[in-house]
Amino acid sequence: MNLVRIKEKAIHFFFFTTGISAVIILLGIFLMLLIRGVQTFKDVPFFDFLLGIAWNPSAYGEPSYGILSMVVSTVMVTLGAIIIAVPLGIGTAGYIAEIASPKKRETLKPVIEILAGIPSVVMGFIGIVLVGPVIAKIFGLTSGLNALNGSILLAVMSLPTIISVSEDAIRAVPKDYNEASYALGASRWTTLIRVTLPACLSGIVASVMLGIGRAIGETMTVLMVTGNTPAMPHSFFDSVKTMTATIAIELGEVPYGTTHYYALFAVGAILFLTSFGVNLVAELVTVKHRRGRA
Amino acid sequence: MDKIVTKALSLFYGEKRILKEIDLKIPQNNITAIIGPSGCGKSSLLRCMNRLNDLIPESRIEGQILFDGKDLYAENTDVVEIRRRIGMVFQRPNPFPKSVYDNIAYGLRINGIKNKKKLSEIVEKSLKDSGLWEEVKHQLNTSAMELSGGQQQRLCIARALAIEPEVILMDEPCSALDPAGTFKIEELMIKLKQQYTIIIVTHNMQQAARVSDFTGFLYLGQLIEFGHTNQIFTIPEHKLTENYITGRFG
Repeated sequence: MNLVRIKEKAIHFFFFTTGISAVIILLGIFLMLLIRGVQTFKDVPFFDFLLGIAWNPSAYGEPSYGILSMVVSTVMVTLGAIIIAVPLGIGTAGYIAEIASPKKRETLKPVIEILAGIPSVVMGFIGIVLVGPVIAKIFGLTSGLNALNGSILLAVMSLPTIISVSEDAIRAVPKDYNEASYALGASRWTTLIRVTLPACLSGIVASVMLGIGRAIGETMTVLMVTGNTPAMPHSFFDSVKTMTATIAIELGEVPYGTTHYYALFAVGAILFLTSFGVNLVAELVTVKHRRGRA
Repeated sequence: MDKIVTKALSLFYGEKRILKEIDLKIPQNNITAIIGPSGCGKSSLLRCMNRLNDLIPESRIEGQILFDGKDLYAENTDVVEIRRRIGMVFQRPNPFPKSVYDNIAYGLRINGIKNKKKLSEIVEKSLKDSGLWEEVKHQLNTSAMELSGGQQQRLCIARALAIEPEVILMDEPCSALDPAGTFKIEELMIKLKQQYTIIIVTHNMQQAARVSDFTGFLYLGQLIEFGHTNQIFTIPEHKLTENYITGRFG
């Protein structure tokens, strides 16, 4: 009797622990970033860190720890990616969900999912040998390793997420709406633009947010193709150094326990919070979307 | 005068034959009811008349449907134009997830009416015609999803009326409604037949007897009998019809 109860409790404990392990790991990572990151501010005033343009931790004279340039770089590259990926992604999703024959759909969907599986280093490679030279040639630049290159590749990388989530959303729209629209004399195109897409807008917003989340955190590709100049970018043709690339490049070489070391953790914490926020919004929108349907 | 005439109309989904050589004459400004047990092809027949079956891949028809004497399935037929002139109300109320106003304005806007004043006028008129105006005049901008089932269905009728069709196809318009909602729709149909030709598919024989002028009985894809509603319900010619309307099967 007692043995059975102990066994029950042990099993219960096991599943409970595994169940909440994701939460524990998440919290652990955040705390680690936060605790180390906060120590930056013993030496660097918070606002100098947040609003400073110059990031030069290994300067001979006065080192500077301003992250604004890299924040702007990250935002720029991500925004560019989204501007490219959203029309393309929603268009593809609309085509797959509403227009393609079942046979085409069954071919396209797995292909798009394979696109998601391409390693980021391979994407970076393509950026260096293909996209970079093409950009340089078209716009007459000396180097094609810039923000635009990063945006294009991140767009390709976030496409599978955007397509598959919005396609699900479009297909979840009740056929009744489409039929009502056709019965009023609307064409397929009008129906898609004015009935189907508005009806699943929140699902599409969620797909875009998830795409942004994917793009913000991407490291290897942007590190390889954006040129990594730690300065304030003025256009998409400037070489930029994003937050992720900065951490990846510098953390391996920085001496343990220095201000520079802690500053990198602070950058990581900000990155974490941003992508957490974006994912949270996506999640909230999706939940609202499901409820609205019920 | 006959508004819609079907001549030896057969409908196929792939290899499966849904309708068999149906000859039907739908008289103008009357209510014609199509009755029959589930799965007999009533709704499919209705959907042939505004070519909504076109949306189903592998569907094809044989025979003809004449609308004002013109072949609906002729190659040069403008399907959009057809659907504008032959409106439809569906089994389940299916307003768009938009405001009450936009639900009705949608059909007008896609047909090129942009003038705001004119839009508002037609929206009001359609809602009055469908008997919904008094109930929703203060909530034109709220979502149609917040209306009751019966109100939603009358909104769908208003939406169909707004683009001034000549024929209204109703596919079991009351099957999702309570008796009060059903009563209102039936009243409305009788009022509307002054202006429109109405074809209603219904599962409910009392409803057919109450509202329709002509009735057709469809069984397993075949039109068994067609005639004045009075006659069909009192002295049916066919044994099958009699069995069905007296409730011996179906």
